[in-house]
Amino acid sequence: MSLQTMTYLVVGFTFAIYIGIAIWARAGSTSEFYVAGGSVHPVLNGMATGADWMSAASFISMAGLIANMGYGGSLFLMGWTGGYVLLAMLLAPYLRKFGKFTVPQFVGDRFYSKGASSVAVLCLLAASLTYIIGQMTGVGVAFSRFLGVSNTTGVFIGMGIVFMYAVFGGMKGITYTQVAQYCVLILAYTIPAIFISLQLTGNPIPQLGLGSEYLDTGHSLLNKVDQVVTELGFAKYTTNVRMSILNQFVYTVSLMIGTAGLPHVIIRFFTVPKVKDARASAGWALVFIAILYTTAPAVAAMARLNLHATVNKAVTQDRETADFFAAENQLVWDERPAWMDRWAVTGLLKFEDKNGDGRVQYYNDKTKDAAVVAKVEAAGWAGSELKVNRDIMVLANPEIALLPNWVIALVAAGGLAAALSTAAGLLLAISSAISHDLLKDMWMPDLSEKGELMAGKIAMACSIVVAGYLGLNPPDFAAGTVAIAFGLAASSIFPCLMMGIFNKKMNKEGAIAGMLAGLGITMFYVFAHKGIFFIKSTAFVNSVGGPNFFLGIEPNAFGAIGAVVNFAVAYVVSKITPECPEHITHMVEDVRIPRGSKAVDGSHAH
Amino acid sequence: MDTSAEAYWKTVLTLIAQVLAVWFLVSYGCGILFASALNNIMLGGYPLGFWFSQQGSMYAFVALIFIYAWRMGKIDEKFDVHED
Repeated sequence: MSLQTMTYLVVGFTFAIYIGIAIWARAGSTSEFYVAGGSVHPVLNGMATGADWMSAASFISMAGLIANMGYGGSLFLMGWTGGYVLLAMLLAPYLRKFGKFTVPQFVGDRFYSKGASSVAVLCLLAASLTYIIGQMTGVGVAFSRFLGVSNTTGVFIGMGIVFMYAVFGGMKGITYTQVAQYCVLILAYTIPAIFISLQLTGNPIPQLGLGSEYLDTGHSLLNKVDQVVTELGFAKYTTNVRMSILNQFVYTVSLMIGTAGLPHVIIRFFTVPKVKDARASAGWALVFIAILYTTAPAVAAMARLNLHATVNKAVTQDRETADFFAAENQLVWDERPAWMDRWAVTGLLKFEDKNGDGRVQYYNDKTKDAAVVAKVEAAGWAGSELKVNRDIMVLANPEIALLPNWVIALVAAGGLAAALSTAAGLLLAISSAISHDLLKDMWMPDLSEKGELMAGKIAMACSIVVAGYLGLNPPDFAAGTVAIAFGLAASSIFPCLMMGIFNKKMNKEGAIAGMLAGLGITMFYVFAHKGIFFIKSTAFVNSVGGPNFFLGIEPNAFGAIGAVVNFAVAYVVSKITPECPEHITHMVEDVRIPRGSKAVDGSHAH
Repeated sequence: MDTSAEAYWKTVLTLIAQVLAVWFLVSYGCGILFASALNNIMLGGYPLGFWFSQQGSMYAFVALIFIYAWRMGKIDEKFDVHED
């Protein structure tokens, strides 16, 4: 059976499962539709949260970025897992006790003001919309490869499918569908990793394989990767810090606190039956997330090694005698493996024979290492000839390793599951924020339920068009764009929720000023680098001090600084404005104690 | 024993501070700040600092959440503020 047919079959089969479960679960219990996880076992609820959480950025993009960044890529791994510790301890149990459905509802009640609630909606929209841009980039990659079309066409098709999925599905609310999605995506991620780990190290567990010996060479796999990449002029894999230790640190902080501030994640903990469950369910969610996240570094290093091995035979030769610059070791383009052609169609893999020798040279042509430069000149290389988009690494990985077709097809299905489930979840968060929190609660209290639903769908359609358009010319790779979204959540929502629970005296003036200052300064820094509303030509960083002007911190990492500004501004403003009313202080005291938790109230639009 | 709401909250904050200290040590400490020093030690084929940042810290996060949830359950019962 051809790869294309196999892919259609596997993707079609997984979609049939999702739809089947949705129909079965809906018929069984309509009342549970809104309160996801109300009577679901915490372990299953953890899987569902995992599917919600792990998006195209985690599944498709992250390992490719780690492959490229090496040690520096750790910031994604720690950043996107460590936040769950904060969530479990600082937010989830208290927000559950508070007993409302959405973040703006909590902010509005705790800070006794519709103004604060509107600002929270604004922050939520900024973060969610940016997040969806990243998803659309990933969806584009997955669909372009799956259907064999250009990346642009892939994004357009993805827009259509995400819209149908979110608007007509309502599948999102059904925990069992998400459990199925989790199973598909985790199998799709780990099965190829196990195969490749076996091939390269003989150890079937990727987490151990990464620390094992490479092909009986007497050297560890990581040591081999270090050797290969440094020979070719790249930075050493295991020690390559992202820009600076400070930047690496701040970037990790930004992703961690952003995790604890993202509305579609927090919402899941609002709806567990008890405060006690809110604590444990964060733990179960992290267990299922960690299965993918601890596999990712192995996928990354092995994909990097396999890619180099494909184009340079010296990788697999004896390390004492191997010559990476010998002409006969370079891949002849006419003898290239089939996967290169399949990806060339999408435009995400490009070959240009710069020195006209018909062979592929892939190395770091910007290296300043004199020894490498000398060898490059002696070998007559005229620049790196292969361009591989980092976002394709995970999807192409099983093809590079020449794994069976069904594995490649499964990975495509996993990528689609990851991207679709998260995009749909975010769109629901956006639509409920606009139709319920903003329109119904504040601007148009008379809005009928039908009107509210319609407004929600229009909001979704607009978000998809905007995100799709920006996804065609994304500000960064999928995971990078998503990192910006986390920065926005980190700088606005997380500090506000923290202060709402841990500082009884925080008043509405402080909260509003803090959110606006945190979000504002982060947006300013990001837009300076990436263009106003991510339109590249409007970037103005050179007129305000040059790239990374604040202590050499990159825009993707700036959320942590924004959060500090938020805390500081809120504290100062709260000291010079009227005190927080007494009934609010009592409410906060009550929220801190588990006893007396009620079922979640507050009507919900979806 | 003082079972007031203030005492409960103080106990909770102490637990949070303890968990956060370990959380910081395994991730930002071993994974970033001391990573290059720890890389001189090998754990199998892993340099130790690299292992903490790409494996160890995540295992620790999972353990920390369950330890926290378990300790909180005990504290809730001790101060008689648990549900049901």
